[in-house]
Amino acid sequence: MKKFTTTLAASLLGATMLTGAAYSATVMAGDTLAADQTFTYRVLDEHSSVDPQIVEDVSGSEIVRDLFEGLMNQDADGNLIPGVATGYTTNEEKNVYTFTLREDAKWSNGEPVTAGDFVYAWQRLVDPNTASPYSWFGELMSIEGVGPVLAGEADPSTLGVTAIDDHTLEVRLTASLPYFALMTTHGSTFPSPQAVIEEFGDDWTKPENIVSNGAYVLTEHVSNERSVRERNPMYWNNDETIIEKVVALVINDENTALTRYLAGELNRTEVPAGQYPRLHEEYPDQAISFPRLCSYYYTFNLSENGPEAFRDVRVRQALSYAIDRSIITEKVLQGGQFEAFTFTPGATAGFEVPSVEYSTMTQESRDAAAVALLADAGYGADNPLTFNMLYNTSEGHKKIAIAMSQMWKQKLGVTAVLANQEWKTFLETRGNQDFELARGAWCGDYNEASTFLDLLTSQSGYNDGKFASDEVDTLMNEAKTLTDATANYTRVEQILADEMPVIPVYHYAGVYMHTANLKNWPINNVEQNWYSRDLYIAE
Amino acid sequence: MLNYTFRRVLVAIPTLLILIVITFLLMHSAPGGPFTSERPLPPQVLANIEAKYGLNDPLYVQLWEYLKGIVLHFDFGPSFVKKSQSVNDIIAQGFPITLTYGGLSFIFATLIGGTLGVVAAIRQNTFIDYFAVGISIGAQVLPNFVMAPLLVWLFTLTLGWLPGGGWNGGAWPNLIMPVIALATSYMASISRITRSSMLEVLNSNYIRTARAKGLPERTVILRHALKPSLVPLISYLGVAFVGMITGSVIIDVYFSTGGLGQAFVNSALSRDYSVMMGVTILLGSLTIFFALLADLLYAWVDPKIRY
Repeated sequence: MKKFTTTLAASLLGATMLTGAAYSATVMAGDTLAADQTFTYRVLDEHSSVDPQIVEDVSGSEIVRDLFEGLMNQDADGNLIPGVATGYTTNEEKNVYTFTLREDAKWSNGEPVTAGDFVYAWQRLVDPNTASPYSWFGELMSIEGVGPVLAGEADPSTLGVTAIDDHTLEVRLTASLPYFALMTTHGSTFPSPQAVIEEFGDDWTKPENIVSNGAYVLTEHVSNERSVRERNPMYWNNDETIIEKVVALVINDENTALTRYLAGELNRTEVPAGQYPRLHEEYPDQAISFPRLCSYYYTFNLSENGPEAFRDVRVRQALSYAIDRSIITEKVLQGGQFEAFTFTPGATAGFEVPSVEYSTMTQESRDAAAVALLADAGYGADNPLTFNMLYNTSEGHKKIAIAMSQMWKQKLGVTAVLANQEWKTFLETRGNQDFELARGAWCGDYNEASTFLDLLTSQSGYNDGKFASDEVDTLMNEAKTLTDATANYTRVEQILADEMPVIPVYHYAGVYMHTANLKNWPINNVEQNWYSRDLYIAE
Repeated sequence: MLNYTFRRVLVAIPTLLILIVITFLLMHSAPGGPFTSERPLPPQVLANIEAKYGLNDPLYVQLWEYLKGIVLHFDFGPSFVKKSQSVNDIIAQGFPITLTYGGLSFIFATLIGGTLGVVAAIRQNTFIDYFAVGISIGAQVLPNFVMAPLLVWLFTLTLGWLPGGGWNGGAWPNLIMPVIALATSYMASISRITRSSMLEVLNSNYIRTARAKGLPERTVILRHALKPSLVPLISYLGVAFVGMITGSVIIDVYFSTGGLGQAFVNSALSRDYSVMMGVTILLGSLTIFFALLADLLYAWVDPKIRY
């Protein structure tokens, strides 16, 4: 089972009862509130759904966090704070959790939010009839009885979650999970209104039908164009909420979005690749860049289908060493991204970036080592190395692929033949090991190193390069039972630097334009779980 | 005429059916599916989802169920990707949008393009003709993906008069730029077709006869020349109208109007089979309908044509 924040898990071991004030929009001294408290932001693609148990994409989850409220929330730094639950207790084994729900929590139709609403939602999440793409989250939470329910062999009512009374919720787990409470900040665990869902079926999330328990209610949705959410007067902490209206505009093209931002139509948008330096100079108080939990890499195909050359570790190392990552971050991307020598980003909580050998060398000595390694492996002018390099169609990926292939050509005389495929075709090709070298990217599901390193274990379904190392498997399995697994992660990263199954290229940065009057944005929350109720617009 | 219309409608049914079957097979033969993602779903979860949408049935069963849904309930199924919306919802929201800006563009392009073409033909080889031809060539070389950024640069960023995009319930400031951007190149084609066809008619024998018997020039143009000169234009307008009201991907993406063009392309990329099929059927039916309408209009403008 996966681990959430190690540090947080450790601190929770000491105190099993968590209470505290809810986080809310606190106006900073010296700020006066603008008359119009409307927050408008750009989304790349329309949300898949606003049903908490169905939603699977980022833009939908952002809306769900505003419309619904789960047991626990996150504050601006990503710490756990009370939500509908005022706190919880757990037993010695950390496999039974009892949440106490606040009495004043209400649905937008005035009905109280009860423990039964959570029981219904969690059963609904894993019920095969719901067919939720996130039903595996129930398995990740290790709730008692989840496997048979998912397989359709047991009734959802056998799930290990019980409403002791209206304001007490008990959850029984099959494993000891010290970080279980953190998982309740995930949208798929948010309550859903049984009566409304039964009345309207799949149409219950339409603005005219929806009933929700968060700070906002959905008031308008124009497919592919916009969705609007407005204050829910029934929300228990409505008095502390400032933003009146939140508008999400679907704008596919990031340059168009930037134009509309500059015309004053948006409070927030992404910065297109390469434009950050210019924008930062022109609008220093608006262009912001902060680390994200994502890793950009190229994976070698180490399966039987892969090329012979890549089975030689010297070839893999040579190709990785010869990449001058600073050119990619500083000349191509130019948005504050970070050069990557490890798979796990440095921003990950509790992860100390180990100084793997090639990260401490200068680029000149890396280049020299690369030439030597490749010659050692028997490749050179008389036996040139040629391979295919696959990425999914996009201007950004193309620029990086060209830069990388040029570095190889110039430094090593290696020919990488570039090929691109449309997204779904690319996924199918990569998933079938029908490639030689392929682009990959991974964003953490939670803020802990195992969300990255698990990907390179042999049993991972996401390990498209089919790298297999018994030692990595053992270390990662052991890490799940440890309170502090830092040593294991360091060792795994060292193995990865030695074996080089993937070429780490860079770690992402979130690069945004935010109007200067949009306050309280949680830039320190690396998972970027933001709540509109914490924000406000200053004059 | 009635008989002819009836026969054409009958032929339309197998045409649509063939369109549906081919699209269905092509769509399903594309690599990946609606639930292919960077994070492959656990097999049990994927099986539950495929069972819900009937994707685990053989293709012919899926096709049969799909056709049954359309014929019996006019139900085009749920969207596989936008899980809380049905295809009917998506079309019901997107089509009025494209119909509005496409319809306005059509009116705009036809009125201006038609007028320019007629005027240029009547005053052939004068300054007016050169001016009209100049405008239409200018408009032709400014396709919508060039027009759109130019308009936004001028009206949004420089002058600050109009919003840079969005639909906003079809408010007129949001409509102006999409309509202009979509209409210009159509306007140019309409103007060129009208001009050349008008010139041909004006040089024909019966116009010479009309002039010879002393009719005023206005009557010659409006009563005798205009109607027959419309024949080539009508066949163009039928196709152009369908193209405009079913939305332009470029307009939708550039102005974020939320129209069907965008839904169409996105559905193909995300393998949202049902949305893709729904929009294709809508497009196909409209094309068939307007082709028929154009054929019927021929008979009205040209008495020589009889059905």
